[in-house]
Amino acid sequence: MKVLPFGDVALLVEVDGLPEVLALAAAVRTAQPAGVLDVVPAARTVLLTVRPGTDLAALRRTVVGLPLDPASVREGATVEIPVTYDGPDLAEVARLTGLDESEVVAAHAGTPWRIAFGGFAPGFAYLTGGDERLRVPRRAAPRTAVPTGAVGLAEEFSGIYPRPSPGGWQLIGSTEARLWDPDRDPPALLEPGGWVRFVVEGT
Amino acid sequence: MNRALEVLAVGPSALVQDLGRPGRGGAGVGRSGAADRASLTLANRLVANDEGAAAVEVLLGGLAVRAASLLTVALAGAPAQASVDGTPVGHHSVITLRAGAVLRLAAPPTGLRTYLAVHGGIDVAPVLGSRSTDTLSGIGPPPLQAGDVLPIGPEPAELPVIDVAPVRAPPGETVVLRTVAGPRAEFVADPTELTRITWTASSRSDRIGIRLEGGRLRRSGDEEVPSEGMVRGAIQVPPGGEPVVFLADHPVTGGYPVVATVCDADVDHAAQVRPGQSVRFVIVPAAWKDPSATVRSNVSTSTASGG
Repeated sequence: MKVLPFGDVALLVEVDGLPEVLALAAAVRTAQPAGVLDVVPAARTVLLTVRPGTDLAALRRTVVGLPLDPASVREGATVEIPVTYDGPDLAEVARLTGLDESEVVAAHAGTPWRIAFGGFAPGFAYLTGGDERLRVPRRAAPRTAVPTGAVGLAEEFSGIYPRPSPGGWQLIGSTEARLWDPDRDPPALLEPGGWVRFVVEGT
Repeated sequence: MNRALEVLAVGPSALVQDLGRPGRGGAGVGRSGAADRASLTLANRLVANDEGAAAVEVLLGGLAVRAASLLTVALAGAPAQASVDGTPVGHHSVITLRAGAVLRLAAPPTGLRTYLAVHGGIDVAPVLGSRSTDTLSGIGPPPLQAGDVLPIGPEPAELPVIDVAPVRAPPGETVVLRTVAGPRAEFVADPTELTRITWTASSRSDRIGIRLEGGRLRRSGDEEVPSEGMVRGAIQVPPGGEPVVFLADHPVTGGYPVVATVCDADVDHAAQVRPGQSVRFVIVPAAWKDPSATVRSNVSTSTASGG
């Protein structure tokens, strides 16, 4: 664990990988150290933002002393996401992975994905732990507009665009599922710690 | 008559802002809120509101509002010349608007953002606990338009007690911002260039960030940072090398290295920097050091797949 400065009202804690990220985020949320306003887990880091005036040295000592207990990571529910596998990059993903298109679909829908962390946009979630064969690079040229509900792949992640935005992920399908609804509580359909199972919709 | 403020005209932008929605970064929701929090809270204190009450954030003046009822208001931030029914009124003071009175703001001579607080607060419906407009995610009330009617909350029991608060206006010359180095300074070939160069704020700056011109910070290698949480004040270095200082509506996570981070209090000054204005950075020490960077982790990798 390495603690990096991030201005005067935040600490960035760097750990080895996602299991440590999830364990640390859970430990901080449980311990509720004084002054912490937000906990933002990401691929290899947990960002802690604090109220102005919070003693960062004391917070750092607290954080490095936290027991990282994987059992403290709450297991969330499984969300089923129906997907029409009609994405514009489906053929390219097949080419990159050496699978045919039906094998890409079977691999994507064949194993549950872990909801690892959010970011990028409200309601967006980085999904990990899917079929290893689906690891593909981002598109060399990002699209300027990706539609709501587009289902994509990038590196070890899968994800669903909650709103129209630019994006560089390889798009393999689309879903009608409403990822983000500010009038719902919680507004995000996918909450870190939970699971996603993609379900093949139509043909 | 209901307590309300009728919007007659807006300039380049007028938004409802409070102190934002902290604590939701994990769900991808940024904090947002007033770009210059010190000016928002000052305007609120002048009218005896909670300091986080919602107010109007006015970019480069141009706002005209009519009081639908007797209202007490105050202005802070960029010193846009203000008038009530044509009579000049001052900033940092308590202004009474009789029903039907029209308050107008001209373009400020310095600074960017003027805050109009109303005794009782702007009472539009909160979204996720805040009335702030997040221009990046689209959460919160839409930008104000002529014809909008802003409901005003009930008058707080407390009455304004301050007449005038002495405050220094945002400077027109070079703005110096204090920063803490890192967290990713090693990704930049020569991080000291950040403090050596006199930067210029670009006209492409907005509430997401100030885009800087006048030099380029070269990256030390091709290595990318995995996406990580971002903070207000982070100075990100995109591949082109022209830094971006994140403001209120910054993305929750980002994948470009952050060479240094503006100190929290100075981010409010940054939010008043106008396009074309000069910016310099100075490095101050972090308030702490990490003496033993490495601590043993007892997490087994078997949890990677979640079981």
